[in-house]
Amino acid sequence: MIEVLAAVSMVLGGFFVFVAALGAVRLPDVFMRMHAATKAGTLGAGLVLLAALLVFATTAVTTKALLVFLFLLLTTPVAAHVLGRAAYYDGVALWDRTESDALKGKYDDSLVDASEDDEHAS
Amino acid sequence: MIWAGETTLLTVAAGVSLTLVAISLLLGFVRVLRGPSLPDRVMALDMIGLASVSVIVLIALISDQPILMDAAIALALVSFLGTLAFARFIERRERGIDD
Repeated sequence: MIEVLAAVSMVLGGFFVFVAALGAVRLPDVFMRMHAATKAGTLGAGLVLLAALLVFATTAVTTKALLVFLFLLLTTPVAAHVLGRAAYYDGVALWDRTESDALKGKYDDSLVDASEDDEHAS
Repeated sequence: MIWAGETTLLTVAAGVSLTLVAISLLLGFVRVLRGPSLPDRVMALDMIGLASVSVIVLIALISDQPILMDAAIALALVSFLGTLAFARFIERRERGIDD
């Protein structure tokens, strides 16, 4: 029974990592790609870790697997948020069929102007 | 798990899973090569880090070496720090702040 659960969890984990990669390649702009890669990727890695936890079934491995999963759960959203913010500052183009950009004009204009001046100067 | 030639449910599952993760590593590298912007590449590298953690855990399962889980912890940590450093670099470069 545990073996079946571990096998299913392993294959599902691989599948979700694959979905994350597929999204990262096929979706039209950075923010959508990031959305696919972070969420599906975390779920995939978490399911693979669950499989390891079930197969080994020792205290040491259980602790490590839970630790890695907790760590991924904490860091992946933070990394995605910081990177998304940086990408928005960087002026990465949104998808041409994007209907609304709620952040437009919400960032400090002086920073944006400064960066534009910097580009003209260099 | 023992990978000594015998085919069990777990070895088949690990093989299928490892194949899927290997394909996703390739797709990740496609995005790193194609860009088009620096955030795209950094995002792809972050995803490759996640896939690599899965690869390490699967290899730990296949070769019955639970000690490899330590490598997964280290890789998850380093990949996060790398992404954070890159994001900071992108943002500061854009704002024109020289450190």
